[in-house]
Amino acid sequence: MKAPLFEYHCPETLDEALVILAKTENVKVLAGGQSLMAMLNLRYIYPDALIDINRIPGLSGISTDGEMLRIGAMTRQRHIELDVEIERVAPILTEAMKQVGHRQTRNRGTIGGSLCHLDPASELPTVCLLYDATVDVAGQDARRRSVNFRDFVVSYMTPGIEPDELVVQVNLPHWAKQHGYAFVEYSRRYGDFAIASAGCLIERDEQGCIRRAAISIGGVGSVPQRLQVAEDGLLGSTGDPDDIARAVAHCDSLEILSDFHGSSDYRRSVIGSVLRRSLIQACRRASKKIAA
Amino acid sequence: MLQKTIKLQINGCERVAAVDTRTSLADFLRHGLSLTGTHVGCEHGVCGTCTVLLDGASVRSCLMLAVQAEGHHVETIEGLAQADGCFHPLQDAFRDKHGLQCGYCTPGMLMTLKELLRETPDPTEAEVRDAISGNICRCTGYQSIVNATLQAARVMRMKKGD
Repeated sequence: MKAPLFEYHCPETLDEALVILAKTENVKVLAGGQSLMAMLNLRYIYPDALIDINRIPGLSGISTDGEMLRIGAMTRQRHIELDVEIERVAPILTEAMKQVGHRQTRNRGTIGGSLCHLDPASELPTVCLLYDATVDVAGQDARRRSVNFRDFVVSYMTPGIEPDELVVQVNLPHWAKQHGYAFVEYSRRYGDFAIASAGCLIERDEQGCIRRAAISIGGVGSVPQRLQVAEDGLLGSTGDPDDIARAVAHCDSLEILSDFHGSSDYRRSVIGSVLRRSLIQACRRASKKIAA
Repeated sequence: MLQKTIKLQINGCERVAAVDTRTSLADFLRHGLSLTGTHVGCEHGVCGTCTVLLDGASVRSCLMLAVQAEGHHVETIEGLAQADGCFHPLQDAFRDKHGLQCGYCTPGMLMTLKELLRETPDPTEAEVRDAISGNICRCTGYQSIVNATLQAARVMRMKKGD
């Protein structure tokens, strides 16, 4: 229950971190440490070196412009939870964040760390997939690129970045001002990892019909999943109970796994209920008056 | 590097110590500084008994390396009472309302609740329960902890009004 021996690096610039990352074998990046430190203490992993990026300036912060909400990779989850601008432009992030771990882990945990850990049951990857977020990635020699979140999700706990790259920023494109949203999850105890979770975003047109919908499912498979077929089915509908029931029926197309928290049959039944609640709430919150 | 000398504030006092870089903040407090009031339970961030305040924010000291606390201010349970031994209102209330039985979870509970009452001086019962959702207690059933917290909040508000 104590961390194994490792070489500890604590760079003070991004460039310095990227150089160490590029030349070191079997290395782990220490962001908030709320998963990594537990894995070290439990000796699930034996890295030869850790690169602590907590002292690098400029990696945290929240800003918005006409296109995007931009969040620095090292922004603490609790800052995101309490940020009033985020609550205004992307309230689903605030709602999801309250369900991430507990206040003590949110005080330390970061958005970039959570995305790179890519636990299928965690909330932040599910929300970023919902938003078609982009992830800004830095490599050595001023290499910079932007990765669409659909490509960032490669497979179980495997982010789509190279071993010598670091995530520096996450960008979420805005939805229309009066969009509806809901992030609903089910776990055995409050704050635990979700057995099933569903994030939904809904936009209505002037007649009240759904003109844009996004659904992202977490917790049930090896990665967070979009439910595109259900999104398409909702377009043009009013989001009444029958429309929602038809959307929920598409959960059959999801990858649903078994583990000791629950069988796949159990999860299938839970995700149906969770998605229904999420869609009902998002449709209720979606105003008919769309800002031009 | 495998060892490092760090300088940090512990309960308002500056401390300098050499630590192994792999040592958790919890183990450093307990073994390096003999501040054994911070308890260690699960060592993977679930039980909450190792909670301390880092620059005023509650954190799991088992999920941080001691070297990461360099230059920061760490508050532990040893710093909660006043220097003359007078209890913090939370400590008084935990005694009055039977907010503890075995006492193992208590340091983490108190440090978490210190942060809560600083941010939210007049919390609802639901807010108290939300704040301690990351602190596991196997004795009390939580009700007496919630009652104690609400009493401490009242006392602290009254004192502030004086």
